[in-house]
Amino acid sequence: MKRLSSPSELERLRASILKNRDPQKSVVNICGGTGCMALGCTDVIKAFREEIAAQGLADKVEVRVSGCPGFCERGAIMTVEPQNIFYQRVRRKDVAEVVTKTLIEGKTVDRLLYPDLATGKRVVHESEVPFYTKQKRLLLAHSSQIDPENIDDYIFFGGYGALAKALRGMKPDQLIEEVKASGLRGRGGGGFPTGRKWETTRHAEGEIKYVICNCDEGDPGAFMDRSLMEGNPHSVLEGMIIGAYAIGAHEGYIYIRNEYPLAVKNAGRAIKQAEEYGLLGDNILGSGFNFHVKISRGGGAFVCGESTALMASLEGKVGEPRAKYVHTSEKGLWDRPSNLNNVETWANVPLIINNGAKWFAGIGTAGSKGTKIFSLVGKVRNTGLVEVPMGITLRAIIFDIGGGIPGNKKFKAVQTGGPSGGFIPEKLLDLQVDFDELTRVGSMMGSGAMIVMDETNCMVDMAKYFIHFLLGESCGKCLPCREGLKQMHHILTRITGGQGTEADINLLQNLCSTLLDTSLCALGGSAPNPVLTSLKYFRDEWDAHVNEKRCPAKVCKALITYEISEKCPNCGQCVKVCPEKAITPRGKKQPVVLNQKKCIKCGSCYDVCKLDAVLVK
Amino acid sequence: MKVNLRQLKSTVKSITGRHNNDRGMLVSILQDLQGEYGYLPREALVEIGRTMDVPLSQVYGVATFFKAFSLVPRGRHLIQVCLGTACHVRGAEKILDTVERELGIKPGESDKDLDFSLETVNCVGACALGPIVIVDGNYSGEMKIDAVKPLLGSYNKAPAGAR
Repeated sequence: MKRLSSPSELERLRASILKNRDPQKSVVNICGGTGCMALGCTDVIKAFREEIAAQGLADKVEVRVSGCPGFCERGAIMTVEPQNIFYQRVRRKDVAEVVTKTLIEGKTVDRLLYPDLATGKRVVHESEVPFYTKQKRLLLAHSSQIDPENIDDYIFFGGYGALAKALRGMKPDQLIEEVKASGLRGRGGGGFPTGRKWETTRHAEGEIKYVICNCDEGDPGAFMDRSLMEGNPHSVLEGMIIGAYAIGAHEGYIYIRNEYPLAVKNAGRAIKQAEEYGLLGDNILGSGFNFHVKISRGGGAFVCGESTALMASLEGKVGEPRAKYVHTSEKGLWDRPSNLNNVETWANVPLIINNGAKWFAGIGTAGSKGTKIFSLVGKVRNTGLVEVPMGITLRAIIFDIGGGIPGNKKFKAVQTGGPSGGFIPEKLLDLQVDFDELTRVGSMMGSGAMIVMDETNCMVDMAKYFIHFLLGESCGKCLPCREGLKQMHHILTRITGGQGTEADINLLQNLCSTLLDTSLCALGGSAPNPVLTSLKYFRDEWDAHVNEKRCPAKVCKALITYEISEKCPNCGQCVKVCPEKAITPRGKKQPVVLNQKKCIKCGSCYDVCKLDAVLVK
Repeated sequence: MKVNLRQLKSTVKSITGRHNNDRGMLVSILQDLQGEYGYLPREALVEIGRTMDVPLSQVYGVATFFKAFSLVPRGRHLIQVCLGTACHVRGAEKILDTVERELGIKPGESDKDLDFSLETVNCVGACALGPIVIVDGNYSGEMKIDAVKPLLGSYNKAPAGAR
């Protein structure tokens, strides 16, 4: 690799990459993200390489392992270029057929094409799949065509062009003004205006300053940062370099959860490649500007999403937050001015510099600009990552893009913002999603997790789930959070256990206000949100638990019983799976008998019965 | 489990050296060390404190604060059940109950032969495919109760000499 010593050299490099790529050459793009890996894409990739070699096509066809385009539910997913054919749920056994039929004969393998959920019609091209067409993909635009291990793929699509533009003709103050004018707000959860944060850090006192990328993504249910870091790490890096130049920082950190091994690997490689090209390190593109980036791996602590806790961890200390009388932009890492932004925030920066603040501010709502990536998961048909403009309605995300609720079940709630957010009921489905609207209804944007729940999810159980989660993640430094969450969990356990009273709910509400008002950091301060929104919008379920000792969604174990219906034909499946041997057959075509005394309510029989003969009451 | 002290010292030296003895990299250093041993041996924590001139209390504090670290030896196979929200709404608790029953251990424990250790994790970012179980870093998505036994069974074939 040749080191680039000026923006013009980067342009020449790009021109040569463009020239050397034959647009008519066949390329098989296979998603190598964590989701597809869980569905066996590693085998598929290997099989493609072998089959292509075996059929003597090695010179004619390129196999590219791409980043995550987001349609995880349909993994392993792949496209064939230049025809833009989209195949889904590809397994190893399908590979030979794809090679013969598509790559050699130029036909499609119809059973691997995406079936439209409404019509059942097979969709041939990636560009026509409804899941994608209804999104506005800017950050994820080329996710299925970029190999994250190859910097040239990023440069092919104009990568590092924004950095060249910034270094060539823009002063740091100009860059900050541009980001301010774009209206970009932090994507990690807080929604703080990015440009203002940069400005404070730039003007803070001190020679040494840091920029930090938060890829801790502890918010369960969110994985857009993982996907961006795994799939397009250079876009994040480019944003960081521009930010560092604007702020006047020469050292940076990427803080990645160790639970994301592929993201750690790809970010590390991206740093190395950018250094080799002279896009990172000393004298970047011959500008005289130096910037070095190190990776630091998190140890699995939700509280490290809090800026001060993250910085403590970067100093090799326990990840406890501190009070923020002084902001981290003035005194952060090693007591020096530090600018922390989330992965998605950084990835937005090159887009803004390339296309201008005006263009960016033209997308979204009055207070929230640009797009946002949501992880649409839970009880929804098309699960995966969706990138949409701010201001789109929840209904459009869940029903138009997500395809609605599977199994003819009824929508109950959507939870946004992770453990700090809240539940949003059906009557608010036409809410226009942005930072302010979500906060107004008692939830929050958070990092963009969107967990859909149907009628079989219990909202009291869900509130308990989040409190249990937060109880485990509370660092223990301040009393309201440490002890308050413990007591809240006690109360919730009583209620879901069928021993709750009306007074318990009042006490719970009191504890919620104490936590809101007195916790040291946002973990405790926002912890009541799931409980409060569940109470606000689903009070009838709480009343059923407390007054009638009944769980309407049939989730809380203490309040349900399993029964065998008359239609059971004695197929024997449940007898086999019951771990307690509580089910005994009575003879041919006779319903089996479930011994309630032995039943531990594990639900194995219910899950295994294909005839709906196991009832929950 | 007996730890070879001389070997341990050289391992610690090479890991801390790789990170330039940078105190800020303590979490990463402990990660690497756990990668070598499968857990954090007491002797290694002492050695890290000495090599990097960091108080042992701080090393111990970090090692016990973060969920990823274990101070006791773990089994040859690490089973992680994801309890992230997306997995929870799709019945991760039932999967965990089943794994617990099959192995006869609770999260945070290992079986007596040190074949399996069980842990829960809060989200591994494969939310679209929940519930997720990870064995030795290999992800299994859309887990069902009756798929637990075959999955664990496929890892149980330990060569007798390996213990």
